[in-house]
This record gives sequence, C-alpha cells and structure tokens, in this order.
Amino acid sequence: MASYQSADVVRRSATTFTPPQVRHDQEVAKLIDVSKCIGCKACQSACLEWNNLQEEVGINTGSYQNPHDLTENSWTLMRFTEWDNPETQNLEWLIRKDGCMHCADPGCLKACPAPGAIVQYANGIVDFVSENCIGCGYCIKGCPFNVPRISKVDQKAYKCTLCSDRVAVGQAPACAKACPTQAISFGSKEAMLDLAGERIVDLKSRGFDKAGVYDPAGVGGTHVMYVLHHADKPEIYAGLPANPRISPMVELWKGATKYVGMGLIAAGVVGAFFHRVIAGANSVSAADEANAAALVDKTGGQA
Amino acid sequence: MLESLSRRAFVRGVGAGLAGTALGFGGSEQALAAEVRPFRLSRALQTRNTCPYCSVGCGVIMYARGDGSKNARRELIHIEGDPDHPTNRGTLCPKGAALLDFVKAPTRTKHPMYRAPGTNEFKQVSWDWALDRIARLMKDDRDKNFIAKNAEGVTVNRWISTGFLAASATTNETAFMTYKAVRSAGMVVFDNQARV
Repeated sequence: MASYQSADVVRRSATTFTPPQVRHDQEVAKLIDVSKCIGCKACQSACLEWNNLQEEVGINTGSYQNPHDLTENSWTLMRFTEWDNPETQNLEWLIRKDGCMHCADPGCLKACPAPGAIVQYANGIVDFVSENCIGCGYCIKGCPFNVPRISKVDQKAYKCTLCSDRVAVGQAPACAKACPTQAISFGSKEAMLDLAGERIVDLKSRGFDKAGVYDPAGVGGTHVMYVLHHADKPEIYAGLPANPRISPMVELWKGATKYVGMGLIAAGVVGAFFHRVIAGANSVSAADEANAAALVDKTGGQA
Repeated sequence: MLESLSRRAFVRGVGAGLAGTALGFGGSEQALAAEVRPFRLSRALQTRNTCPYCSVGCGVIMYARGDGSKNARRELIHIEGDPDHPTNRGTLCPKGAALLDFVKAPTRTKHPMYRAPGTNEFKQVSWDWALDRIARLMKDDRDKNFIAKNAEGVTVNRWISTGFLAASATTNETAFMTYKAVRSAGMVVFDNQARV
C-alpha cells in the first residue's frame, strides 16, 4: 500500500521481532459516556461515510438496533437494552455504542497467524492491515468482545480502526467528531480518564452511586472506555463482559503450545544431527548407480 | 548456476530457510512497513455550507476532489461538521453525518417535477413553467377564496385555502422575506420548519 504516513508499530501479529522504539508516542483514547448517549446513531452514519462503506437496508425486529449486529461494514453499533432496575422499579433504556475496544493486550493480535495482519501502534490503536489478512477468522475467537467480522466480499476481517488515518494527521475519529451530545470524546488516554472522573463525580451527585469507568484490567486496559452509570453491572449494557479476558485456548495455543512445538522442532534437528554422526550419511550402492545410468542411457539423457 | 547447485545443497538450503521461518526470523523487514490508510482529504477543496435538513442549521464542510483546474472536474467526496460553526461546533446528527448519500442519491430531486391531474407519472419541467403555473393557480385561488371581512364586517384579509411550506435551512434574511411575502398575501397556513 502506497502511503506517506506511518505510525510506530509496537506489536505485530505472528511476528516475534518488533522494531525497537526510540520515540514515545502519546496514547490516545475514546471515551464513551453511556449516560449522555441519546442513541441517534450519528456515530454509525459518520463511521460508514468516513470509511466509504455502505450498509444493507435491513428489517425491523422491534428494536432501534440497526443493523442487528456488528457487520463487516458497520464497525460500530448502538446496542439498545431495556432494563428493569430492581432497586428503583424504573425502566432504564440503556444504549451502548459497541465496537472495537482497542485493548492494550489485544486478543485478536495474539490469535492472528498471519504476519502483520494485525498491528498495534504506539498510540494504542489496534489496526487490521487487510493486505496481510488471510481471512482465517482467528481474530474473532481471540477477541474478548466479539468484534471483528469477516467480509463476504473479500473474505478478510474488518473492525473499527479508531480512524487511524484521521488520528495520524491529528484529527479525532469520525464518530467522536459527529456525536451531537458529546457522549463520545477523544483525546489522550490520560485526559479521557480525567474527563471520566469528572463525569463520575457528576453522575454520583445525581444518585448513581455505582457510576464508574470501564477500562478492564483483564485486557491491560482499553483505548475505548465507557462511563457507565451502573459500573458494577456492565453485563446489563447488552452483555458488556464484567471481566474480559483472552480465551484460555488462544493463550494456550499461542503460549505454551508454541514453545512446546518449537522444542519438538529443535529436538528433531538435534536428533537428525546425532543420527548423522552415529549412522552416517545415506550411501548410494553401486547397483543403484548402475540402474540410474541404465535409465539415463534409455532416455538418451532427456527427461 | 543451476548445474552448480547439487540436490543435496538445495535440500539443505530449503531446510535452513524453513527452520528460519518457523523460528520466527522471517518478515522482520516488513515490520516497519505496516502503515495506516492514507488520509484522504489532504488536498481536497473545502467549501463551507449549511446542512439542508432541519432548522438547527448546522455548519458543514464539503470536501471535493479537484483543485479547480480546468480539466479536473470537481467531485464531492466527503462532508463533515464545521468545527468553527457556532451552532454545532463540528458535530452532526445521523442525517447530517450521512449527507454525502443525500447528495449522491439517485432518487434526489434535481429539477422541478410535474404530475398532471389524473396521471401517475412525474415529468421534468422548467423553473419558468413551474413558477408561472404556481403563480397562476395561487392567484386564481386567492381571487376566489380570499376573505376580506368576517361576518361582523371586521377586516381580516384571510386566505385560508392555500398553504405554504418553506425550507428550513434559510438565512435570517430569506426567512424574513418569505414570512413577509406569505403573510402579506393573507396566507394563514404557513410552515418553515422553524419548530424543530
């Protein structure tokens, strides 16, 4: 891909080599304040428009959620939940903007077997490099938030890029820019945590004593964070995992199994060496040479 | 070259290469090459405008390909909120954020269309023809149904048989003129979507 901008890569899928980092890039983050969201879907529109994507016209199934799930085109989705608060007997309409969380420890990148198909930049953005993607779908298994989707057109995986192209030139992601209620903010991770702190103080003063920030430690923190009014129960927000972790199968396969496998390969090499030393090289008998010569004579040296 | 490469040397070379790849020594030179999608608005022509949907009147910036040179035809490629506009300060609603599709929609009305009574098809007409016809019908209707005085003989100057629907994304001056024109004709039914 021809390009005139680059970002420092700190991690790269299926590659043990990582270029050493001399420069220090500031970590960026997007903060989604669930309590300010009105579910207008401006973020969804802006996302499709900026990324030159089109979503199919869907059907209504009795929810404002449209499309019904994340797709290879819709990298972000408003998820609507009607929740009966058992304490107040109030019906609460919870709206959560779903999409890639840009984990500090990305499960997709860990699971990916294609070198360089998933990279993590120094600013924290986890990006899919489509030209290296082999469409195996391991990233979906590796993702604790079930975010990536495989395109039916080119069989490659797609998800939110946190508008890495916009961030690279000092712009905010398209969704964050569009949001008319300031439910989505973008800035340095530090600034976003500060803002979250202010919002939590405000929410607590309004009676939401369990208000908090969602920046799960199980994946090393994320570069997309939520302010939740019920931070003690993230699951009520359309199944946001309380303690997201990379699947143990992925950890095992990309962890212990990898080293055991390498050990077996090394054992094979060592074994072959000792076999050579002890048993010697394969020798060609005089009869074999004679047979081969006879074959060459028969064909006149032509294959 | 090939003759000098024995079968044994070839097998040995391939084996070493495979071992190197399996142990993760491959691809280090590509690690530096991963790059983000190029920013697509770098030299795009920026034009300020106002979102045409509702009367909030958000400011938008329209980005077009082409630098204005004679042979490069301008083409709208992107629209987003104007951060310097006091109304929306860069934000947009879902309709505004998808304005590009609105502009490019194949069903977008670009000319005055006329459906004659009793037909089910629209046909394209000229602005002159359309405005003449509208003026003629309005005049006829007003002459016929204008109420100058009510039952008590009080002057009311009402024209209630015709309504007027004006656009929302107008300037103050346009809105003022529209209001004056409509009300001075006595028209009562009037909406310029200023209620959104």
